[in-house]
Amino acid sequence: MTRRQFWRHITVHVDRQLMLGISLLLMTSLLMLYSADNASWDRPLRQMFNIAIAISCMWLIANLPLHFLKRTAVPVYLLGMVLLIGVAFFGEISHGARRWLDLGVVSIQPSELMKIGVPMMMAWYFEKHEATLTLKNYFIASLLLFIPIGLILRQPDLGTSLLILASGFYVLFLAGLSWRVMAVMFILALASAPVMWSVLHEYQRHRIMMLFDPSQDALGNGYHTIQATIAVGSGGLFGKGYLHGTQAHLDFLPERTTDFIFAVFSEEFGLLGCTVLLAMYAFVLWRGFSITANASTYFTRLMAGSITLTFATYTFVNMGMVSGILPVVGVPLPLISYGGTSMLTLLLGFGILMSIETHKKLVRT
Amino acid sequence: MIKYAEFKNHQREIFHFQLRLLVSIGFVLLLSAILLMRLIYLQAIRHSHYQTLAESNRISIAPLVPNRGLIVDRNGIILARNYSGYTLEINQNKTTDVDATVNALAELIKITPKDRRRFKKMRAESHGFETLMIRNRLSDEEIARFAALQYRFPAVEIKARLFRDYPLGEKAAHLIGYIGRINENDETKLEENGLAANYRGSDYIGKTGLEQSYESDLHGITGIEEIEVDAGGRAVRVLSNSPPVSGNTLVLSVDAKLQEIAEQSFGDYRGALVAIDPNNGEVLAFVSKPGYDPNPFIDGIDTQSWNELNNSPGVPLNNRALRGQYPPGSTLKPFLALAGLYFKQRSPSDTINDPGYFMLPRWSRRYRDWKQGGHGSVDMFKAIQVSCDVYFYGLATELGIDNMFNYLSLYGFGKKTGIDLEGESSGLLPSKEWKMKRHKDIWYPGDTVSAGIGQGYNLVTPVQLALATATLANDGVAYKPHLVKEVRSSLGEVKRLIASEPIDDLKIDAIHLDLVKRAMVAVTQPGGTAVYASLGAPYRIAGKTGTAQVISMKQDEKYDAETVAERHRDHAWFIAFAPAEEPKIAVVVLAENGGHGGSTAAPIARKVLDYYLLGKIPKPMVKPKKIVEIEHD
Repeated sequence: MTRRQFWRHITVHVDRQLMLGISLLLMTSLLMLYSADNASWDRPLRQMFNIAIAISCMWLIANLPLHFLKRTAVPVYLLGMVLLIGVAFFGEISHGARRWLDLGVVSIQPSELMKIGVPMMMAWYFEKHEATLTLKNYFIASLLLFIPIGLILRQPDLGTSLLILASGFYVLFLAGLSWRVMAVMFILALASAPVMWSVLHEYQRHRIMMLFDPSQDALGNGYHTIQATIAVGSGGLFGKGYLHGTQAHLDFLPERTTDFIFAVFSEEFGLLGCTVLLAMYAFVLWRGFSITANASTYFTRLMAGSITLTFATYTFVNMGMVSGILPVVGVPLPLISYGGTSMLTLLLGFGILMSIETHKKLVRT
Repeated sequence: MIKYAEFKNHQREIFHFQLRLLVSIGFVLLLSAILLMRLIYLQAIRHSHYQTLAESNRISIAPLVPNRGLIVDRNGIILARNYSGYTLEINQNKTTDVDATVNALAELIKITPKDRRRFKKMRAESHGFETLMIRNRLSDEEIARFAALQYRFPAVEIKARLFRDYPLGEKAAHLIGYIGRINENDETKLEENGLAANYRGSDYIGKTGLEQSYESDLHGITGIEEIEVDAGGRAVRVLSNSPPVSGNTLVLSVDAKLQEIAEQSFGDYRGALVAIDPNNGEVLAFVSKPGYDPNPFIDGIDTQSWNELNNSPGVPLNNRALRGQYPPGSTLKPFLALAGLYFKQRSPSDTINDPGYFMLPRWSRRYRDWKQGGHGSVDMFKAIQVSCDVYFYGLATELGIDNMFNYLSLYGFGKKTGIDLEGESSGLLPSKEWKMKRHKDIWYPGDTVSAGIGQGYNLVTPVQLALATATLANDGVAYKPHLVKEVRSSLGEVKRLIASEPIDDLKIDAIHLDLVKRAMVAVTQPGGTAVYASLGAPYRIAGKTGTAQVISMKQDEKYDAETVAERHRDHAWFIAFAPAEEPKIAVVVLAENGGHGGSTAAPIARKVLDYYLLGKIPKPMVKPKKIVEIEHD
């Protein structure tokens, strides 16, 4: 086997275009981490390590045949549920929330697993009943979604619950949940809001109010929003130049390697840079949607659609939060923010997309 | 045919899916457009505005800590206040050898071993950012001496701070509580409750007592100061500030003078006293003896002093009025009499013969009366007056534990009263279910007999018994006891009144009430068990004595106070309200190991009643000599 053949052999399941988009974003990540960490190699190096692990896992998943992927849906979901229940009873408490489960060797956060586990389970369920979908099936699928969300909400972890809710909703939506049912649910949710509001504790209301009016909490989360908006706005059309963001380097921006890294980017590269960044995300999304449209089975269609839309949601929520149109909820910028867990979850998702795309091709030819 | 249908279905399904996918893509495009518009708005349209902000962004935001609210008694006497003082603080980040700095300082300014121990403890708990206090309450001379040599101590600074002070010291310590430095636990709690922002800059938080339960009122709202800083981070000028809002003042219903008299009346006895205005639930005095001085707790009491307090045999840190659980003994009898009347098990005129003991049919055990030989013929009135055990053994047996449980829980026995302090105990009102759950055993008839005189499993807290007594005094209309009367802003305007709406009306039959109240008055008259209580009083006192056994006696064994070790002597109870016709105050006294309620607890209650009703200040306490031998139980 020549080197060329070998290379082709190991990359046959890696989607070229998707990989290109992901690589561009990952390079941006390293570039920005170097700047956000005040020109230190510490964070970028560690992020490289995170990326290496995540890419390997992605490659592994991409090479798994589709039927195998489908077979893992139920076990992954059940494992996730067991772990979530384990967290509820034996989880470690840190920062007032019970999210981590200590398995002796490693501590894991089962809610991360469910970001993939829940949509996969729902997609599996819909495919099983593909021929005879009735309202009852949608109801059961919703249960599959809401039970883990309830457990995660109890931890409490509002951010993750909302994202899993989004990914599950996308499956329901793509599976054809009728517009009428969605409208009714929307109205019910609106109608129950005042009731929910009245049962909330005073401090919980205060917290919600703070989300919408950052100036009320100028020392806490509000401070983040105010400083991030200044950073984005002061970037202007062309930015202040790489490594020259004053907001970032004079320590005004909080959490600038994680949730607020987009503020560093906007400050240094301006509107032009942001447009290019948005284009990179759009490229990845476009590829995700085209994989979805060409997917061969019901399961893969739903799965691919949900993964792509969830990725879009992450991106929008983070950028919206940094630019001050959404409340601060603690969602990292996908593929760019520093962090091993979210990197792994995202690339696992892309691995599934690649598997869907490449195995379908093999089947056809 | 079927195949064809499925095929059709498949096509349609793909079409539907593609449609949904298109809608999704449209949704994503919409979101992107919103985002792009926002970016254009910030970076192109409003760019110059944010540019200026960023350039002048030398603004550092600093919290302005509010003054903690005061605590005053019902007459305005200050129980907790703030004073400003100078402290000497060490910034750990600016020195490599903290111990050397402390030693060098000690040559200049007096630093006691206590100061050092406290400093060591604070250092162990700190995160390393804040400066740590090594000395407080610096005198002017000390400040001058340090200022002259400050250049030698780059890591040490003098700071002006507000300090909490409890001017009454040990008095009322259990109800006021104290504040202490915010620890990791407090931080987590604040974080969970979304209050962390308001505590930025705050070092202290209420730890016990009213300081804890009214923390949200007392703390106030933290202000924000925007300061322009130079490149080195030093303040140049203040740009804007939203001033802090001082904490609210708590006006207590407690009368500090009454509290003082009550505490003094205990002499060397340990115990508790709760006095309540039965007409509105206002707590007038709330005593737990022995007390402790809360002042050393504020800046973290050093371990040695804490151990001394904690290991002291009197357990001064234990709030007996709130958390102490004791058998109610005979103080339960008036309530049981009402239960007997309510369930029509006994009429007032029913008499029994008391031979000095009680036996259950088919059981051989003798339940003895406190009086050897018994009280002879006894009706309900006399049973309360002389505290006849045999009458109530029988009454309890006739009522049965279920009725007793149901009736007594109306008065709040076995439940927290909901007084405005945290950590209240709920006492214990036994029932069949409870015993099965707790002891995995059935309820025996003998258990009911003991319960009839408030022994056995029954446990009450002094505040619980005070609520029940006040409810009885107020003809069954119950008010939740509360120590705080109103919350005022720091400027004195009333912000909220602590509710004095009745929580319950038991609708006790007037005839029943009249009988029990008359019998309780007779308790304090010659022939009753607490004659001292009303000797020479110009008003009538309704009362009831009680004895809570500390060690259990074998049947027929005679209890002799003289031979029993002090620690094992019975606890003495006295409950009372006065004036009996129109009660203005209900009081409950518990004297631990005090022996008889009539001789130790009742005189304490009398002093409280005299001061509250007549304004009479008692003479230094003289232990009453024994007058009549009726003194028992």
